[in-house]
Amino acid sequence: MSFDPAITLFSCHYTSQQSCAEEGKELAQLGFPSSISLVRVPCTGKLQVTTLLKAFEDGADGVYVVGCPVDGCHNVKGSARAAKRVAAVRAALEELGVEGERIAMYHLPRGLHPEFVEKGKEMDSRIRDLGPSPFVLA
Amino acid sequence: MIVAERKPMAEIIEMVKDCKKVLVLACRGCVTVCSAGGEREAEILASLLRLGMRKEGKTVEVTIGSLVRQCDREYIDEIDQWKGQYDAVVSTACGVGVNFISNLRKDTMVYPALNTTFFGGSAKQGEWTEQCAGCGNCILHLTGGLCPVARCAKSLMNGPCGGSVDGKCEIDKNVECVWQSIHDRLGSFNRSAQMEVIAPIRDWSTAGHGGPRKTVRDDLTV
Repeated sequence: MSFDPAITLFSCHYTSQQSCAEEGKELAQLGFPSSISLVRVPCTGKLQVTTLLKAFEDGADGVYVVGCPVDGCHNVKGSARAAKRVAAVRAALEELGVEGERIAMYHLPRGLHPEFVEKGKEMDSRIRDLGPSPFVLA
Repeated sequence: MIVAERKPMAEIIEMVKDCKKVLVLACRGCVTVCSAGGEREAEILASLLRLGMRKEGKTVEVTIGSLVRQCDREYIDEIDQWKGQYDAVVSTACGVGVNFISNLRKDTMVYPALNTTFFGGSAKQGEWTEQCAGCGNCILHLTGGLCPVARCAKSLMNGPCGGSVDGKCEIDKNVECVWQSIHDRLGSFNRSAQMEVIAPIRDWSTAGHGGPRKTVRDDLTV
């Protein structure tokens, strides 16, 4: 099934700092998928389960969170907390009979590293394979 | 506190499948403390209800409300503020709250969002354990403050049984044998002799076996 997905990325301020330089132009030049809307948060530990669910309610076909490495979080445990909440949403999606892979957590180093783009492409590809969100009413 | 956990979403969605408007009603009492039915959990449930109904091709209007408690008449009366905004209430209170709404609101259909599990406490973040069975005949003064009714798998009054091995219960090696703990604790207070006192056959009539229980305080009634 071919479609243009809408993917919401919540990224911590530190991990995405350089990715947003020059209004994201460099990121686009590196092939970061245009299907991804980036929402920067001071710390991914600030994200609540409701924030992630609301992204799906607002029409996202997929949602992912990028935070600091588990053992190198600027706020000590922020990205570890985020991973727990992502896991909670994944479990809730599966409870509703929806693919848990529609949400993911990545722990990446700070700065504009190739992994930031790679994970974006990975998420884009995964959501294209899964197809449109079953939460979007026809 | 009363500890509870959310029911499976499929079960909750089945309850409200024919509703157009639902009031998800949080309780700011025990279930807030055990992170099962407070305002935050009500918001999560509301979101999951909307998503789940959408997946079934339906829409539901969800209003979120909360009461200080759902186990006192004066708070239940506050439901009037959402009058006309729901076909049914999905309560995230314990079973007491659901019963109270049913008792006091003759025209309100109320569904339980939680399974009420036990009276317990949290010694570790995110983890709750059963500590009390509400049996109505407390013997904690005889058992070093540790309850065999709630914490012994057999609710033995004269434990431990033969299934106690290395301080663990035979039902699960991760479950403490509370009678071993009682023995150790009494010993630490030089009261080991208490272990040799045979407890008489227990009268369970206070534990609900004599029907629903009721407490009346004449000095408080008006």
